[in-house]
Amino acid sequence: MPDQPLTGRFDVAVIGAGVVGCAIARRFALAGARVAVIEKAPDILDGASKGNSAILHTGFDAPPGSLEHACIRAGYQEYLEIHERLGLPVNRCGALVIAWTEEEEAALPGLIEKAHKNGITDIEVLDRQALRKAEPELGENARAAFRVPGEYLIDPWSAPFAYLLQAVENGAQLMRGAEVTGARREDDWIIETTRGEVRAGLVINAAGLFGDLVDEKFIGRRDFHIKPRKGQFVVYDKPAAALVNHILLPVPTAITKGVVVCRTAFGNLLVGPTAEDQDDRLHAELVPETLEALKKRGEEIVPALKRHDVTAIYAGLRPATEFKEYCIKAHEGLSYITVGGIRSTGLSAALGIAQHVEKLAALEFPPPAHPVWSSVRNISEFLPRDWQKPGHGGIVCHCELVTRREIMDALSGPLPARSLAGLKRRTRVTMGRCQAFFCSAELCRLTRDHFDQPMSEIVE
Amino acid sequence: MILPSEVDVLVIGAGPAGLAAATELARDFNVLVVDREKAAGGIPRHCGHYPFGMREFHRVMKGPDYARALAARAEAAGVRFALGVNVVALHPGPSVTVTSDEGVTTISARRVLIATGVRESSRAQRLIGGTKPGGVVSTGALQGMVYLEHARPFRRPVILGTELVSFSAIMTCAHAGIRPVAMVDSRRATAARWPSCLYPRIKGIPLYLSTKLVSIEGRERVESVIIDGPKGRKRIETDGVIVSGHFRSESTLIVTSHLARDPGTGGPAVDSAGRCSDPTYYAAGNMLHPVETAGWCWSEGRRVGLAIARDLKSGLPAERAPVTVESDALAWVVPQFVSPEQALDRLQLRVNRPVNGRLSVRVDGREVASRRIWTRPDRRITLPMPSVTGQVSIHLEE
Repeated sequence: MPDQPLTGRFDVAVIGAGVVGCAIARRFALAGARVAVIEKAPDILDGASKGNSAILHTGFDAPPGSLEHACIRAGYQEYLEIHERLGLPVNRCGALVIAWTEEEEAALPGLIEKAHKNGITDIEVLDRQALRKAEPELGENARAAFRVPGEYLIDPWSAPFAYLLQAVENGAQLMRGAEVTGARREDDWIIETTRGEVRAGLVINAAGLFGDLVDEKFIGRRDFHIKPRKGQFVVYDKPAAALVNHILLPVPTAITKGVVVCRTAFGNLLVGPTAEDQDDRLHAELVPETLEALKKRGEEIVPALKRHDVTAIYAGLRPATEFKEYCIKAHEGLSYITVGGIRSTGLSAALGIAQHVEKLAALEFPPPAHPVWSSVRNISEFLPRDWQKPGHGGIVCHCELVTRREIMDALSGPLPARSLAGLKRRTRVTMGRCQAFFCSAELCRLTRDHFDQPMSEIVE
Repeated sequence: MILPSEVDVLVIGAGPAGLAAATELARDFNVLVVDREKAAGGIPRHCGHYPFGMREFHRVMKGPDYARALAARAEAAGVRFALGVNVVALHPGPSVTVTSDEGVTTISARRVLIATGVRESSRAQRLIGGTKPGGVVSTGALQGMVYLEHARPFRRPVILGTELVSFSAIMTCAHAGIRPVAMVDSRRATAARWPSCLYPRIKGIPLYLSTKLVSIEGRERVESVIIDGPKGRKRIETDGVIVSGHFRSESTLIVTSHLARDPGTGGPAVDSAGRCSDPTYYAAGNMLHPVETAGWCWSEGRRVGLAIARDLKSGLPAERAPVTVESDALAWVVPQFVSPEQALDRLQLRVNRPVNGRLSVRVDGREVASRRIWTRPDRRITLPMPSVTGQVSIHLEE
């Protein structure tokens, strides 16, 4: 069943159900606003939010004094305050910033000073020996490092899902498969979409990779240009996760944080991302030579990776712009807020961005008498999983131990999955080492009549 | 179903190897077969084509009938089944942790046989470029959809690979009214032997050899692929990709267990009795050697089952000598150790590149057997198992 059309007047319309849009919808719903969320893809988290490195950053290396830094700090704090009530995991593994060359080693004190400026004061310096003790599998050439204890691993899809779920449970409405085609101002905004018009007092553009184009539709101009930056990743099978203890960060360069090696919330090991500028906003192409190079870099950082299998490959697009800062702006007299250029820190900063946008909006609503807080089902390796509890109906995805109960839940409820990609992000189904060799047939049956584009058609 | 907490022999995997072993063992022992699927039979359950069953039933059967017949024969022999049960961990003892609708429990046994088979390697493992649209499936997944669900995920796919299973993919397509538009392989010749390689020609499917699948295109669904071969780059309009073959041992349980693993096969390292590094664990079937026919696995399972029976009755000699490989052209050899008990009655090998040469087995440096080979990767090679004990080595002169 497609989502209901959005009828009546909304206080706030959020365009885009990525991590930032989901967090903003949550904040306004909890503040008592009547919220609409308009998403062009068949399901949520389908743009920039679908491929990231799943780290909750402290902001230690953000530009000091920037809005980005402030949002990361606030988002980080709020995540730690709310994650238990929403059933979201945190793995407090900490990060090591590792110098591999003399030049990088010389850059470490500057980075530490920057971290101090950013309010991160619990940095520990590790010499070669201490580094080897902290990470015994690290390559020979690692020279020195510092530890940032507050860098954590989180579940990159369950978090925004939980934000939007809480928004919906507190009255927000979501319409997926609705692309914004135009807008006009009456007393309110009338947003024209491929699934009909939506009336809203305030419009918040959280359209990610399409942020500048949406601005043009509403305010007739763009103050920034999205320059999609591709990041390719290689994911290793679960046994490789035991090779590292921390998030292993390189010394960052001007354009990227560089190639990271870290565990994932799902018990795998991740190597990536690359940083490749491109014009295409939709397609993030995997390039075998680049993936080989990532593997090679991963094996330099952790040589034992040579003996491990690759489980998955993916590529994401970050909505970078010509500016080294978020482009967040309330347009005077227009009841319109642009939240653009959330380049690579969106997962960490989303809740903080939402706080900031709420302040910019400066609107008062009657807050809900009893705000709803409900827990999402944990799919990470850091908390008990459904397969450990009786009555799960059997395992469907054997590699990731996804149960029939988890799948049926993800296909129903207030935010049902409407595509295989959406079901994967909610449950991890097919994301393991066999990549759907064993579970495709059963998934075809379970998902029939649930997806806009079915996995298969019946043969007469 | 209430799972027992203790059995004589626990068999993990109800495919041809597991069922054959269980059937032999049920004569004298209390045998439980667990399988994560809802039905016994393993991969043949969704191979809706011939030929299965020649060795086992002396007639030519389709996969699903063969799977049912194997399961019925095991049941008649007194084997008990626990289906829809996933083993999640192996422990010394031996004992295993399982999960099912009942929750998590532990089953102890005197011996455990692991027979979890193989899967094809995925698009990700092969680092194939392009976007990630829907409609990229393995042959196994396609067969499951076609034969178990009567569904088709696409209508005119490209098939990647020319192994036996790739030709099985063509048969599966024909069954579901799917018309493959191309068959692509980076090899110079088809991996499968004559006459399989005639099959695409009969079906009118263009065969592109020495050709790489460079890129998959499309966002929601596959729209096209780019191939690169002797005639240069070419775009093929298509709505799916069947990523076939390159079998990998389904050895997840081994990887996270205390059992030693052979990086060559990806499966457990075993001796000629089928024993793992922990001798209370045995393994048989395709997880030892990706990949062989169902009949091969069945016959191997039977012989390993009989070895387990002898082990339980009177014990097997503990001694074992490693088999060493003296050539970088050999991808793997199974078993990895020779012992006096020879349930695995031949040395099985594969090459990792085309090879023309003389293969020999030496025991303590003395040649005991040899043969000429002219072969390619993924083709079966065997050598006689040496009956004398000593340091066994395998040599290749090209």
